[in-house]
Amino acid sequence: MTGEALGFWAVAVVLLAASLGVVLSRNLFHAVLYLTAFLVATAVEFLLLHSAFLFAVQLLLYAGGVVTIVVFAIMLTERLVGETLTQTNRYIVNGAVVSAAVFVAILGFLLRVPGDEAPPGPVPDTTAAVGLALLGPFALSLILLAVLLVAALMGALYFARADD
Amino acid sequence: MPLHAYLVLAALVFVIGLFGVLTRRNAIGILLGIELMLNAVNINLVAFSRFSGDVAGIVFALFTIAITVAEVAVGLAIVIMIFRVRRTVEADHLDLLRG
Repeated sequence: MTGEALGFWAVAVVLLAASLGVVLSRNLFHAVLYLTAFLVATAVEFLLLHSAFLFAVQLLLYAGGVVTIVVFAIMLTERLVGETLTQTNRYIVNGAVVSAAVFVAILGFLLRVPGDEAPPGPVPDTTAAVGLALLGPFALSLILLAVLLVAALMGALYFARADD
Repeated sequence: MPLHAYLVLAALVFVIGLFGVLTRRNAIGILLGIELMLNAVNINLVAFSRFSGDVAGIVFALFTIAITVAEVAVGLAIVIMIFRVRRTVEADHLDLLRG
């Protein structure tokens, strides 16, 4: 077994265990901690796919930013309620059946296309290529993304403003 | 690892996230499930980019990440807003629009 395969399976196990923890743990705060583990594992998965730039973005934006915001939201709602947010799942059987059906459907599509060959040789430097693509063919999308982020910021400010 | 390994892994994470969205009662828990689903899509995009040698997949994943972060910020602001008004974040209790 090559080093890449070994890394893939190790990360895959962590990834699946953490994602199960996110959806099944009863304490919402623990769910967020599992989400952090899941996001870091996803970042390592990006690294295994030779995408060092996305690895850094994932760690900074997700494991750093999103988790902080979610913890803030939990703390706010928990403090106001005055009790720990334990949470139970409902419709577990129905949810499991629907999820399994979707998985089988995706698998049906996947197994019909060829995808057994090994990846091509390592790409020289994806980070530089991403930079060139962002400022070349995707420049307009990048600007639209900036507009979207400003809109999201103002939307969040509007929703979270103090009542006055 | 072949492409199928990454795609099956991403599909598994996606359906686990779907299960979370369907079964969680808490609005924040539902948002966490959506996070799982979006990250599964990112794994797919990066895997396709790696196996096709086209950098567009990584750029799309980057856009997805940025949009997801904006979505989480607005979503949690809405959750906190709802909590202020209704004193609950249980999705079942948020039935103002029920006829």
